[in-house]
Amino acid sequence: MTGPGGHADPAYLLDSSGPAAPPRDNGELVFAAPWESRAFGLALALNDVGAIEWEAFRQALIREIGDWEAAHPSGEGWSYYECWLRALERTASARGLVDPRALDERAALLAARPAGHDHAGHDREGHRHHGHEHDLHNGSPSHP
Amino acid sequence: MTTAAEHIDPAVRAEALASLLIERGLVDQATMNNFIKTYELSVGPMNGAKVVARAWTDPEYRERLLADGTAAIAELGFRGPQGEHIVVLENTPELHNVVVCTLCSCYPWPVLGLPPSWYKDPSYRSRIVREPRTVLAEFGLELGDDVAIRVVDSSSEVRYMVLPMRPAGTEGFSEEELAALVTRDAMVGVAEAVAP
Repeated sequence: MTGPGGHADPAYLLDSSGPAAPPRDNGELVFAAPWESRAFGLALALNDVGAIEWEAFRQALIREIGDWEAAHPSGEGWSYYECWLRALERTASARGLVDPRALDERAALLAARPAGHDHAGHDREGHRHHGHEHDLHNGSPSHP
Repeated sequence: MTTAAEHIDPAVRAEALASLLIERGLVDQATMNNFIKTYELSVGPMNGAKVVARAWTDPEYRERLLADGTAAIAELGFRGPQGEHIVVLENTPELHNVVVCTLCSCYPWPVLGLPPSWYKDPSYRSRIVREPRTVLAEFGLELGDDVAIRVVDSSSEVRYMVLPMRPAGTEGFSEEELAALVTRDAMVGVAEAVAP
């Protein structure tokens, strides 16, 4: 069996429906929204430089998931990466990497931006408003 | 942090956290992007499919894989976070393995990439333990009563991957042709390898 549709390399590698062609297997993207990928990349980058310990983060994640499930027996409104993000906030705070109050203030500040600067749902575009410009399609970004 | 900020959109909270950490010089955008791109584009079930295809065609590799998953998988160049202790479980006509992480979503990233949403879902994580046969049937996998089901729970110590049975009618297939029959779901244990 070859790639469905007979795509030539390297397009075949990105084919979304080939049986062995994931990460996007079964038509599902790895991340449902840009902020999820940001929360993911942040955790891996912090772990990579030794700023957090993965096991401590994992334990925080287990707690967040357990708390959420206890509070939402129906399972409605589930978001894995919201638990991930809260676990990361707590782990970073516990390690003294961020001050929880500064984090709240920054979030409130960003949330108060006028419409048009709202990052929800399209925050890759949003990077360009804030000087974090980078090419997400380039495997080796040179920024910053 | 049980503050009003928790009610702010997670997209904004993620941005706030990232901006503070970047300002402190603890992380940089390029490193984050590299991790994201790696797992969006390069690391995924195609890695595990190659491992399975090799095990199907090379009995000695299969033995090494079942004895020490992490080392045998590294032979093919697949290693990295969440792959430190991979245990490979072999399906047989009598025993079907299926993987879950009941507490969070531990998953063997180097061979399967990041987990799909259903794997992280509270419903899968609890139900596959309680009623595996029913859940597998919902995935479209009807197992006979003579097949035992073993549900294994991933943890910080061990990440599991299933070695599915080689489908009939694949004699003489190349490793590449075989790898194309191996899906992510087959390596989690909620499906069988695709029949050619």
